[in-house]
Amino acid sequence: MRRGPWLYLAPALILLITFTYVPVANMLWYSFHKWDGLDVHMTPAGFGNYVRVLTDEQYWRVFLVSLYYLAASFAQIAIALYFAVVLSYNVRFKNLFKGILFFPYLLNGVAVGFVFLYLFQPGGTLDTMLRALGLGEHTRYWLGDPDIANLSLAGTSVWRFTGLNFVLFLGAIQSIPGEIYEAAEIDGANRWHQFRHIIVPGIRRIISLSFILAISGSLAVFEIPFIMTGGANGTRTFVVQAYQTAFQFRQIGLASAMAVVLLLIVLLVTWVQRRILPDDEVSLS
Amino acid sequence: MINRRHFIGIGAAAALALASGCTGGAGDESETGDFSGEVKGAITVLTNRTDLVDTTFKEYARTFEARFPGTKVTFEGVTNYDNDVTTQLSGGDYGDVLMIPGTVAIDQYRQFFEPLGTDTDLKAKYRFTGPATYEGKVYGLSLGGIAKGFVINKRIWAQAGITAPPKTPEEFLAGLKAVAGRTGAVPYYTNYKDAWPLSEWNNHRAVLADPAINDKFPADAAPWQPGKIQYLTDGLLYDVVNSKLSEKDPLTTNWEGSKPMIATGKVATMLLGSWAVPQMRAAAEAAGANPDDIGFWPFPYQTGGTFHAAIDGDKLAAVSRNSENKATARAFLDWFVNDSGFAADQQAIPPAISQPLPAGLKAFQDTGVELMEVPAATTNAGKEDEIIKESEIDLKGEIYRQKLVDIARGAARGDKDSYFAELNKRWSAAQSRVMQ
Repeated sequence: MRRGPWLYLAPALILLITFTYVPVANMLWYSFHKWDGLDVHMTPAGFGNYVRVLTDEQYWRVFLVSLYYLAASFAQIAIALYFAVVLSYNVRFKNLFKGILFFPYLLNGVAVGFVFLYLFQPGGTLDTMLRALGLGEHTRYWLGDPDIANLSLAGTSVWRFTGLNFVLFLGAIQSIPGEIYEAAEIDGANRWHQFRHIIVPGIRRIISLSFILAISGSLAVFEIPFIMTGGANGTRTFVVQAYQTAFQFRQIGLASAMAVVLLLIVLLVTWVQRRILPDDEVSLS
Repeated sequence: MINRRHFIGIGAAAALALASGCTGGAGDESETGDFSGEVKGAITVLTNRTDLVDTTFKEYARTFEARFPGTKVTFEGVTNYDNDVTTQLSGGDYGDVLMIPGTVAIDQYRQFFEPLGTDTDLKAKYRFTGPATYEGKVYGLSLGGIAKGFVINKRIWAQAGITAPPKTPEEFLAGLKAVAGRTGAVPYYTNYKDAWPLSEWNNHRAVLADPAINDKFPADAAPWQPGKIQYLTDGLLYDVVNSKLSEKDPLTTNWEGSKPMIATGKVATMLLGSWAVPQMRAAAEAAGANPDDIGFWPFPYQTGGTFHAAIDGDKLAAVSRNSENKATARAFLDWFVNDSGFAADQQAIPPAISQPLPAGLKAFQDTGVELMEVPAATTNAGKEDEIIKESEIDLKGEIYRQKLVDIARGAARGDKDSYFAELNKRWSAAQSRVMQ
């Protein structure tokens, strides 16, 4: 009988180990070698790769680009929360708006990249719209201007991921029992009071989860800058850099070390966040 | 029972593969691979030309099968060729005949491909064997070569008053300025976003007319110095962009879109290879412009009063070391290179020395250009690739050139001198580690 639970767990465990832990162990192994991903011989490198990632400015500077995405993800959470709250009340065309907000998340990242590539072109959709609104003098080289490029890309990423946050928030809000609102209304609470004292505490866990996802997500931004600019013009993120190190310069060892460093940072951030925001039981009383 | 036996079989095969993989490099001293056996059975050919798999290549397969009854040739088109095939190479199953991906370093060829013969034997018969030669053995044959130079719109350049190729970088810049001044065209189009066209700036070492340049290059700790080739080529790119003679927003360029642009005269110049000429002419026809407007000029630099244009073999075809039908694979490779008519179909330089140049290149030669095949490095074979990896300055790619363009157009900090100094510094640090 005691073997029972293991028997049921086995398939999941086997899959988990084969596709998660073995590759990570491999990556760790590679990160201590100098290897081009092809050669039958791997040269041991000790901590050389790590020293290079942490000391060569070229490798850690790209983390600064993440700050754009981090700032953007706060905007993204705010927008998502706003719409989730508004649409949790009875609004006309509620489902249509829900669909519109969630739709970008369903699009493939590559498609999003291409759509926005055309949007940002000089004389493209965005410029045309600005001119139509009489804001012609504000048109810029949205991707070509190094001061704006990262903002444009971060904006694209907000457009794409707001839908996901929105759905998470909406789901959490709707799980709050309706009687609580009714009771609050009888007590004379307005919408702001309801938001402040019912909704925010009720979905606190989801909000804190969103922040963890936002931070680790902005450290690991890849597809949007990769597709839209290829990391050129100062938009190279850490993962784009790691990709180029691995597959364009065939330095699998060095790139693995970068990946391990990123993994450690994400783990650290998550840990710190759990310490600062302890996971209290949600209570609405 | 069957399953079990199958499993043991796989184990044995894996052990064998491991054993042969480990000993293969050092112990194998034979001059050529073993291609004995009957030309029969099925082979698979990996190709990057996905556009031809269902048309031209089907014809080729049929012709070959008719010539050697009992054979069966399957072409497999691979879209993202270099990366996808690299993955296949590490897996061990990569067809019987394949194009060598650019990611494989020359000293690794023997791990993956069969030697086709000695350098001395094959050099006498074929062009472009140099880049596939390692320690005197040739591992790949070119399917057709191309010349390197500027694809131009002759009509636009003539409107600007220039009908003969500029002879110096200064003349070239003056020409681009004239194009900017007298026509509405963008003088030079970098194709920065699609990026690979920037790597064309690496293909012009031939202008120095120095057959030893590829051996000298990795021996040089600072190639971005005045008078050196990187200073000349990258410097010209810098000057073009810095003088605002290229497209305004390079981040939104588009390769497919650039073809009709040059064909209709919206763009005057692009640095590419002779392979691009037929594509631009086709684009001109499609756009209702005159295909004869498309011309081909050499790089604006003369040595001894003569233009020199590099010709090279583009991708090389090789026989897989793991092929189970090497006799047929070899027979097909030889037939593909010599008798298929592929080079002529593509207007490429035929790999066999005995076959004539395509008509398009005759006109190019007639402008007084000497076509030159720069021999690959021999004493320093593979060193340049190592320095590239070590320094992460992708000489054969686009990453550092995109930065160069960014600096030149004022979108990143620095100027020509500071960036070239930085490149020299990073290159020499890696160079000293590699060359010791």
